[in-house]
Amino acid sequence: MRDVAIIGIGMTDFGELWNDSLRDLFVKAALEAIADAGVDHVDSLVAGCMTPGLFTGQEHLGSLLADYLGQGPIPGTRVESACASGGLALRVGFMEVASGMSDVVLVGGVEKMTDVSGAQATYALATAADQDYEAFHGATFPGLYALIASAHMHKYGTKREDLAQVAVKNHDNGLLNPHAQYRMKITVDQVIQSVKVADPLNILDCSPITDGAACAVLCPLEMARKMRPRKPVVKIAASAHATDTIALHQREDLTFLKSTWEAAQKAYKMAGIKASDVDFAEVHDCFTIAEICVLEALGVVKRGQGGKATRDGLTARDGKFPVNPSGGLKSKGHPVGATGVAQIHEIVSQLRGEAGARQLKNVKRGLAQNMGGSGGSAIVHILEVL
Amino acid sequence: MNTPATVRRNTPQRYRMEAGKCASCGKVYFPPRVVCACGSRKFKAYSLPSEGKVVAHTVIRTAPRGFGDEAPYCMGIVELKDGTRILCQIADCEPERLKVGLPVALEFRKIQEAGESGVIAYGYKAVPER
Amino acid sequence: MVGIVGYGAYIPRYRIKVEEIAKVWGADAPSYKKGLMLREKSVPGPDQDVITIAVEAAKNAIRRAGVSGERVGAVYVGSESHPYAVKPTGTAVAEVIGAVSDCHCADLEFACKAGSEGMFLAYGLVKSGEVEYALGIGADTSQGAPGDALEYSAAAGGAAFLMGTQNVVATVDCQYSFMTDTPDFWRREYMHYPRHGGRFTGDMAYFKHVRGGVEGILKKAKAKAKDFKYAVFHQPNGKFPMKMAKDLGFTEEQMKTGLLVPTLGNTYSGASPLGLSAILDEARPGDRILMCSFGSGAGSDAFVFTCTKNLPKVQGKAKKTRDYLDKNPFYLDYGTYVKFRRKIRKNVED
Repeated sequence: MRDVAIIGIGMTDFGELWNDSLRDLFVKAALEAIADAGVDHVDSLVAGCMTPGLFTGQEHLGSLLADYLGQGPIPGTRVESACASGGLALRVGFMEVASGMSDVVLVGGVEKMTDVSGAQATYALATAADQDYEAFHGATFPGLYALIASAHMHKYGTKREDLAQVAVKNHDNGLLNPHAQYRMKITVDQVIQSVKVADPLNILDCSPITDGAACAVLCPLEMARKMRPRKPVVKIAASAHATDTIALHQREDLTFLKSTWEAAQKAYKMAGIKASDVDFAEVHDCFTIAEICVLEALGVVKRGQGGKATRDGLTARDGKFPVNPSGGLKSKGHPVGATGVAQIHEIVSQLRGEAGARQLKNVKRGLAQNMGGSGGSAIVHILEVL
Repeated sequence: MNTPATVRRNTPQRYRMEAGKCASCGKVYFPPRVVCACGSRKFKAYSLPSEGKVVAHTVIRTAPRGFGDEAPYCMGIVELKDGTRILCQIADCEPERLKVGLPVALEFRKIQEAGESGVIAYGYKAVPER
Repeated sequence: MVGIVGYGAYIPRYRIKVEEIAKVWGADAPSYKKGLMLREKSVPGPDQDVITIAVEAAKNAIRRAGVSGERVGAVYVGSESHPYAVKPTGTAVAEVIGAVSDCHCADLEFACKAGSEGMFLAYGLVKSGEVEYALGIGADTSQGAPGDALEYSAAAGGAAFLMGTQNVVATVDCQYSFMTDTPDFWRREYMHYPRHGGRFTGDMAYFKHVRGGVEGILKKAKAKAKDFKYAVFHQPNGKFPMKMAKDLGFTEEQMKTGLLVPTLGNTYSGASPLGLSAILDEARPGDRILMCSFGSGAGSDAFVFTCTKNLPKVQGKAKKTRDYLDKNPFYLDYGTYVKFRRKIRKNVED
């Protein structure tokens, strides 16, 4: 297996992009990544997209995107793991390069969510849950995460304010991200007073409906080292994927994101490191409670301590372990399939020193955690700058 | 999805709580499965009990399509007397009454319908003592 | 001997008071309450209908009977508000109790006496030896037109009776039906609400047919009113059955246990069956019960039951009728009530 590097990144703005179709979004992000990589041709493309069919009526993305990128007749693959589709695209592209099947692979994620009504979008997102045993009963994703919050608050005494603080912190970060959907400061009170969605979650605890795309170009590490002019070389030190029960109620412990734990353990082992060797992370804050549980599942804090850690500022931009310097899903936006690759975009930017106003000091190693549904799947990547 | 085929196929579970119990390790699966996590493929027929308690709860205030008229409605993860957990609505329950540990019993209720002229899908909801 | 081996009731938790309805329509609540002898009625939740009510009542009847649902050979549900115009209610009940697949089933309709007719059919099938156990259920969620007198009383609830020959808790000693073709109250196909003949529905319908049913069964059973510990008649309001009782020689004492309508409202096909289940919840071995339903169109079904020594053993095995009726009801305002009952015109969702 060869070592793999990321040599180019690109992304669109995230928001309600009425003038851009799904193919427009992907092409924009892809061309930016290809230019950033300094290549003119890719061998293969892998795109993550949760459900182009339910959002736009379009399937067969592999063909469509390769065609519209002018890269035909390369192979085009669309992968899906609900909200972890982007992370999965990176993983599959990584395997393709690592195995020697291809040299230069474009990976990307895209989702076009605003062509349909809010109700249809909610329905489409709910397909990530167990259709017959969760969605059938009227469960929504905010509802499922609200149940996790209910259990976490009962078991560990996590406070409502701890959840709100996740959103406040991520908005503080997103304010500095020119691509972010919501660039505004919010307070804990505003979060708690905002429209109720599923008790105890309010609208400001929830990531929004967003259009957007993000792409990255991968190549063998040796090829990256030889490229001129040379940017700091970012290596994929680990790629891991794990699953858990799709239905929340069948988990052993409702408060524990086991798929993230399993994937993270595999990733640390692959990279030859411990959790404490990671400098910062981009994690899947689809809802505020998710970020709290992810901290625990990554082993960054002990079980049950995610709320306190957030309250104490561990994960703030100036904290010991910054989380979601990009603004996270909450502030940056969550075009479902794109998110996993947008996390990579931020980590690469930070590792290269290109993060502008958001730049973290002395970061050498970043972790991306991308999750599907209520935790039925999780994909973790660890990137290092050499 | 509420089509004649999906309603019919789910009837044993939604009407009679038919589950499967692994003949090897005793783990209960609802719905029944073909493969147990322990590797066994042999299962015994088993019906879930109807009494239990709430272990996690929420109130859905922004409802998905088809449930708009019922919002706000209570939803919970219920641990039945035998330890099996299910997800369902908690009916006839004021939101202030919800708490971890609330005793409930399953009742037969309408869950969804495919519009005013479509098939009605029935199933189970958890109801607290009046 | 053939009779009831298990019985069960179900009444939804929601209620609405006469005052709440009257204030919207500018009507005089006290005179409605006095005239109808009715204070409030039950309302089905948006997730309840005749199928859910019949199922829960049937489950309670099976619990009391202590037999496996597989042994039930027939299910009859009578209602004026079956959820489907075409597709049976009884098949859902049969599925839930496990009576499928070898089971007779049909839905019945005869205004408010469809439930008692189901009880008669179940009894008859068992008596003939054709099936071992049969369920007869009456349940309704009927509506009254907004602003109409019936809106104050049209309520929701149901009761189920499992007929059999073993461990009978109340024998069916006698049954009698009295019937004519009389257009007192009707609903044409595709019409949303029923219509009625006003005062014609009293003497020419309810009173004529209940009298006919009761006098007929007393003659057939060679009995007199005073032979009964309990009597229950169809109860569209509190006034009619009490006037009928007085005319026929039954006392308030005999009527009071089965008279649920003052706080339940008129549960149509569930009305006298629910009255009967409330009586069975309290009756002692040896007590005789006379039941007479009434259905517009018009007719009545009368039964004479005698409670056996098995009755006390089963009373506590399922929730009692009065527990459903009296315990912690939830009162609605008129707006929520019309929302629940889908009387509000909305945009059609795509």
